[in-house]
Amino acid sequence: MSIHHHLSDATLGAFTAGALIESISLVVASHISNCPDCRKRRDQLEDIGGIQLQHTEPEDMSPDALQKVMIKLGKQKLPLASDPPNDSISSFPNESAPRRGNPEIPKPLRAYVPDRLEDVDWKSMAPGIKYFAIAGLNKADGTLSLLKISPGANIPEHRHQGIELTQVLKGSFSDEIGRFGVGDIADLDDDIEHQPIADTNEACICLIATEAPLKFTGLMPRLVQYFSGM
Amino acid sequence: MNKQAQISLGSGDKEQPNFSLLLLSIGQTQDKAAFADLFQHFAPRVKSYMLKLGSADEMAEELAQQTLLQVWRKAQLFDPDKAAASTWIFRIARNIRIDVLRKKKHFFDDDFDLAEIKDEQENAEVKINREQKIRHVALALAELPQNQAKVIRMSFYDGLSHGEIAKQLELPLGTVKSRIRLAFGRLRESVYLESGEMA
Repeated sequence: MSIHHHLSDATLGAFTAGALIESISLVVASHISNCPDCRKRRDQLEDIGGIQLQHTEPEDMSPDALQKVMIKLGKQKLPLASDPPNDSISSFPNESAPRRGNPEIPKPLRAYVPDRLEDVDWKSMAPGIKYFAIAGLNKADGTLSLLKISPGANIPEHRHQGIELTQVLKGSFSDEIGRFGVGDIADLDDDIEHQPIADTNEACICLIATEAPLKFTGLMPRLVQYFSGM
Repeated sequence: MNKQAQISLGSGDKEQPNFSLLLLSIGQTQDKAAFADLFQHFAPRVKSYMLKLGSADEMAEELAQQTLLQVWRKAQLFDPDKAAASTWIFRIARNIRIDVLRKKKHFFDDDFDLAEIKDEQENAEVKINREQKIRHVALALAELPQNQAKVIRMSFYDGLSHGEIAKQLELPLGTVKSRIRLAFGRLRESVYLESGEMA
């Protein structure tokens, strides 16, 4: 996979610091899982985090802190509050079924969508555009969907508030910024207005996360948005 | 402290324990003395990190203890070729904070087995000592102009968005963005070119 469009330092930095909302974080992880370049840059940012930690002014721990922790060391692994409960990974119904691991679907995403893109329960959104709202993430946290854009169809022109991340899983699209193929990520600032169009004879499937619902600029798209809940 | 776990940080630097060796020792032999050394150094710093990010004292203390406990439990997974000790502990502290405090899911690498994905760049010749590299980064960070160092810290450590940083520092957003870009460019140049890695 040859990747031409990468994550911005700003987005990677926020990911590294743990400051991203769930939906955006999942798309970042999906891109990183296929992109050695961004993974390397992520490592550099984590190094900076580690250095800052190393050089931060220490704060006194309570006098018995070490003793309290030492007592816990010998014991069998107790579940930490931070350990994810078993059912937290996914609300996807077939989670227990063996998954073949379709390489079209980045690993972090696999718990949230069917194993085959053909099996996705697409809903119609506008002529030539279908969507699938991904469940299992914090509802208040932005939006996360798969989009399927038929050849030649385009997403209505829109603005967004905050980050919008779009990763191509299949096919390709073009917009005012450039051409995006499989593995590419469009990491857009909130001041960009764009109109992606599927630019081959194959439908383009992408994973898209926004911090806030998209703001479509035309009237029809706004109605569509209202009824589709996207 | 174990004498073998002391390394020199070069001229002018005070001696510091080699945290990677301590972690390895914990992972391989459940070395409690090594753990105590690591705890004394990192727990107060993790607490400081938690306090800076808004935790109350009691919670910061609790999160610091949980972080070090997790360090003990995961020490077997520590690989000094992949991460410096401070980077590795930073990751655990950050994850604990998100899991416990914000009860949010994040999608960090350690949640997935990425072993099957090979880094083309990662071959034997660029396999350099992470701890050494960290020292290069630390030096480069220390040499950044104050105003750049500050936005780097707020962005990559405190996890503030560029908008939040602009607000706090009462600067235009564009200024914040360009400082981060400049600073990060400098870090890349001085550190990663020097060590033969991609810029």
